[in-house]
Amino acid sequence: MSSRRIFARPARFAAIAPYVWMALFFLVPFAFVLKISLSQTAIAQPPYEPVFDLTAGWEALKAAFAALSVDNFRLLGSDDIYVFAYVRSLTVAVTATALLLLIGYPIAYGMARLPKRWQAIAMVLVIVPFWTSFLIRIYAWINILQHDGLLNQILLALHLVSQPVVWLSTDTAMYIGIVYSYLPFMILPLYATLAKMEPVLEEAASDLGAPPWQVFWLVTFPLSLPGVGAGVLLCFIPIVGEFVIPDLLAGSNSLMIGQTLWLEFFTNKDWPVASAAAIVLLVVLLLPLLLYERLQKRQLEQGR
Amino acid sequence: MAEELPGTNLAADAAARDAFPAAGQPLLRIEAVAKTFGTFRAVDGVSLDIKAGEFFALLGPSGCGKTTLLRMLAGFEAPDGGRILLGGKDIAQALPHERPINMMFQNYALFPHLSVRDNIAFGLKRAGMARADIATRVAEMVALVKLEGLEKRKPDQLSGGQRQRVALARALARRPQLLLLDEPLAALDKKLRESTQGELMELQRRLGMTFIIVTHDQEEAMTMASRIGVMKAGKLAQVASPRELYEAPRSRWIAEFVGDINLFDGESKLRDGHRLVIGTRDAGALVVAEPREPVGTGRFTVAIRPEKVKLSRRGPVSEAGRETAINTLDGVIADICYLGGTTTYKVKLDTGGMLQASVANSARIDVDAYSLNQNVVAWFTPDDCVVLPS
Repeated sequence: MSSRRIFARPARFAAIAPYVWMALFFLVPFAFVLKISLSQTAIAQPPYEPVFDLTAGWEALKAAFAALSVDNFRLLGSDDIYVFAYVRSLTVAVTATALLLLIGYPIAYGMARLPKRWQAIAMVLVIVPFWTSFLIRIYAWINILQHDGLLNQILLALHLVSQPVVWLSTDTAMYIGIVYSYLPFMILPLYATLAKMEPVLEEAASDLGAPPWQVFWLVTFPLSLPGVGAGVLLCFIPIVGEFVIPDLLAGSNSLMIGQTLWLEFFTNKDWPVASAAAIVLLVVLLLPLLLYERLQKRQLEQGR
Repeated sequence: MAEELPGTNLAADAAARDAFPAAGQPLLRIEAVAKTFGTFRAVDGVSLDIKAGEFFALLGPSGCGKTTLLRMLAGFEAPDGGRILLGGKDIAQALPHERPINMMFQNYALFPHLSVRDNIAFGLKRAGMARADIATRVAEMVALVKLEGLEKRKPDQLSGGQRQRVALARALARRPQLLLLDEPLAALDKKLRESTQGELMELQRRLGMTFIIVTHDQEEAMTMASRIGVMKAGKLAQVASPRELYEAPRSRWIAEFVGDINLFDGESKLRDGHRLVIGTRDAGALVVAEPREPVGTGRFTVAIRPEKVKLSRRGPVSEAGRETAINTLDGVIADICYLGGTTTYKVKLDTGGMLQASVANSARIDVDAYSLNQNVVAWFTPDDCVVLPS
C-alpha cells in the first residue's frame, strides 16, 4: 500500500505536468493577447486601453469590461491588407509544403533504404545545418542569390544565362529559403515511418503482380501517411507565420501575415490590431490540426 | 476432388490452364544457379528439377542458402549464374511481378492498411480481373481457408493462425503455377502447426498445385513433402524422399541433421559375402550390410538410428543362421528419458562408447522397463546399420 503511494505521487505529477505547462505558457499569455485584441489603441503606457486595474475597485473593473469591443476583428475583415496577408501566407505555406514533400520524400525514402550504418550518417548530415545559426544561413542565401552571387556566377559560367538573373527579393528566393530551412522537419518524420516499414511488404506487393509504381502508390505511400501528416504539419504551421525568411528574401510588395504583425506591432505601435491578427492566425492554424485529428480518428474507426 | 469443395473450382480451373504442365511433368528446372553476396557464396551451383504437382521441401540449417534460393525463384534476387526455367522459359532475370509464381512470406507480410478482403484481392486487381470475378474469387479463397466473417478485419485484428490463412489465401488467389512457402508455420505454436501441416498437404493435393516449402524443421519437411532437398553451405547435399533421407542418408552430416543417430567411427576389417565387419573404437567389431554401391576399404562411420536398437536383459534368442550376424553389445543403462510414446535409454557400453536406444512404450504398465545402472544387452541387425564414408 505504502509503496504504491510513493510511486503514485511523482506519476500523478508527471501526468499533469503538460497541462501545467500549457496553462502557464500558452493559456495565460493567450488570455493577455485576447484581452489586448479587444482593447483600443492609445498613446499611453501600455499603448492600449482599457487597462484592468484590480486595485481601482469593482465599478472601474466593470467599466473596463464594458469598454472591450470586437472592433479590431471587424477591421481585419474589412481591410484588404489583412485579408491579402492571410491569403498570401496560406498560399506560400501550401506551395512550400508541397515542394517540401516532393523533395523530402525521395530523400527520406533513400535514407530509409540505406544500409543501417549509413543511415546514422545520413541522419547527421540532415541535422548538421542546425549547428549553424538560422539567421546566418539565411544571410548566406542572400550572398548566394545576389546580383553577383554564387548562383549567377555559376549560371553565367555554364552559359545557361547571358545576364545575371534577379533572384533576391523575389518569391523564388523566398521559396528557396523556406524549403532549405524546413527540409529537415519534413525529412525526419518521413524517415522515421519509412524506416519502420518492413521492406518485405513491398516485396509482397511486387510478388502479387504490382509494378514498381503501383508498389509505391498502393503500399509504400499509404503506409507512410502518418509520417507525411507529421511532416506536413511540422512545416505548414510555422511557415504560415514565417517572418524572417520572407522579410529577408522576398520582395516588399506583398506581405505575409507575420510581416504584417511585425508592422502593426513595431511600426504602427497598434498592439490591439496586431493581437487580433495573431488570434485569427491561431484559429486558422488550428483548423488543419483538427482536420488531421479527425482523419486519424476515422482511420482508427475504419479499422474496427 | 474439387467437387467436394463447396464454392471452389480451383482444381478444375488449374487443369484447364494450358500453361500448367500435367502432373508429373517437369515444371521448374534450376540449372547451376549461384548467388554471391560480397565474398559469401550463399547459393553455390544448385541444380534441381521440380515436377508439376510436387510438394518439395528445401531443408537446411539457417544460413545454408535455402531462403536465397527461394528468393531467386520469386525474383527478389537475381542469380549471378545459371538458369531458372519455368515451363521451359528462362525466368532468371524476370522481375517478381512478371512471374506466375507467388510466395507466402515467413511473417506473412500482410498489408496492415488493407482488410482481409483487400489483401486477398490485391493480386487479382493487379492482374486486371473484372470486379465481379474478383468478388467471386475472394469469396472462394475465404471459404477455402475458412475465414468467413472476417473479411472486413484488418491484419492486426486477427490471431496468428488467422493471419497465416490470409497469407495463404492471398498467395493462392492468383492460382500461381508455383507456390513458394518460406517457413510458413514457424510463427505458430506446436498444436496449430501440426494441424496446419495437414491442411496444407490436403490443400496442395486437392488443388494439384506445385509447392516449394523452405524450412529448417526436419520433422515439418518429412511430414509434408514428397521430396526433400537438404542444403548445406549453398549446395544441395541430398535430394530424396523423406524415407530415403532418413534410412539412407548420404553423408554423416545429413545423418546427424535428420533425426537422432548413433555414430561409430571405425575401419573395415573383413568382408564376408554381403557382410562387412568394421572395427570401431567405441563399440568393438560391428557386422554391417554392404551398401548398394560397394565400398572399398578404409575408414567408415557406422550409423544406427536409436529406434533400430533393441534392448533385452539377456542376449537375443538365437534364430538359425542369424545369430552370427546380429550385433550384440553389453552395457549399463546410464540415462533414461521418458517421452510419452517412447523412452530413450542411453547405454554405456562395456567397450567404452555410448549407445542411444529408443523403445516404444507399447504397454501402459510396463513391469519390464529398465532402470538406471541395470545391465542390458543392446542388439541390432546388420541391415539396420548405414555405412557412411568418414
